[in-house]
Amino acid sequence: MVSAEIFVKHLEENGFNFFSGVPCSLFCGAIQILEARNDLPYISAVREDDALGVASGAYLGGKQPAILIQNSGLGNCLNVITSLNMIYKIPVLIIMTWRGFEGVDAPEHIVMGKGMERLLADIGLPYRILAPESINEEFRWAVGVIRREKVPPVLLLKKGVLC
Amino acid sequence: MLGRKEALAILLDQIGESPVIHCNGYISRESFALSDRPQNFYMIGSMGMASSIGLGVALAQPNQRVIIFDGDGNVLMNLGALATIGATRRENLYHIVFDNGAYASTGYQTTLSDRVPLEKVAQAAGYRMIYEAENPEALTTAVSNMFQKMGPGFLLVRIDPHQEDNQFGRITHTPEEIAERFMLHFGN
Repeated sequence: MVSAEIFVKHLEENGFNFFSGVPCSLFCGAIQILEARNDLPYISAVREDDALGVASGAYLGGKQPAILIQNSGLGNCLNVITSLNMIYKIPVLIIMTWRGFEGVDAPEHIVMGKGMERLLADIGLPYRILAPESINEEFRWAVGVIRREKVPPVLLLKKGVLC
Repeated sequence: MLGRKEALAILLDQIGESPVIHCNGYISRESFALSDRPQNFYMIGSMGMASSIGLGVALAQPNQRVIIFDGDGNVLMNLGALATIGATRRENLYHIVFDNGAYASTGYQTTLSDRVPLEKVAQAAGYRMIYEAENPEALTTAVSNMFQKMGPGFLLVRIDPHQEDNQFGRITHTPEEIAERFMLHFGN
């Protein structure tokens, strides 16, 4: 496991400087840390597409944003991802928790938990799974995708990585 | 009744160099036809997102006056963003809504804006200023007053739903071009 403090430190060291999202307990305190930033604290959005929209606006205004959401919110984001981010080339990092991994979780997470990777592949979003020992490398990968392809990279956060 | 073209012309006269995020539909297309500018961001999809995007730009560029040209259908689709904007209380953000009570570009089906007063929702959500206008003089005064004060401001412009909208086509810039030139305007 990696502490939320180290997670946020790697995130900021890799140049991410604007944050929004809708919480998941698997973020284990990372959102609260980002909310306490002096400069541009995390913006609590009302829904995941709102978070992605705000982050996209921040990118247009010169920031390098990331959103923190649960995978139950991926469906809410699809229209913004497909008709804004991917076609206007607005690359916002999407850090998404993986509820329903391998079909094990509360009922509301099972369908998305099992289908999520296919869904990401079907719309063409590059993604990787975060591991505690390689957090920094995954953030560096995301920065590379942002620079080269200008589409939103997705980093999947499973239970047990932060807590 | 105030037409969209006339309303746009009055607004374009007062916004100076400010960036404007335009929602999708005829608002984007007519603004593009009237007066295309690099600091106009036109949405061709992601309906409802102009408000959220506008907030993001305003947060990233706190020294710029940031304006949203939105529509009643768009606002209703992302009504929650009024809460995000109201709660964040961005002083440099001005949200102008062209309310024609209809989804114009899909055939003028009616929206709910005649039954749900959007300006009251914005007020309850925490916008600092609420203005309404439905004729040229009122609009000119409202914009001028609003821009002198701290935002977030909400201006509801009631416009004529009966329009000849087939006179202008789609926006000719690609989405990538729209984003690139918008960002260049800020020096990015």
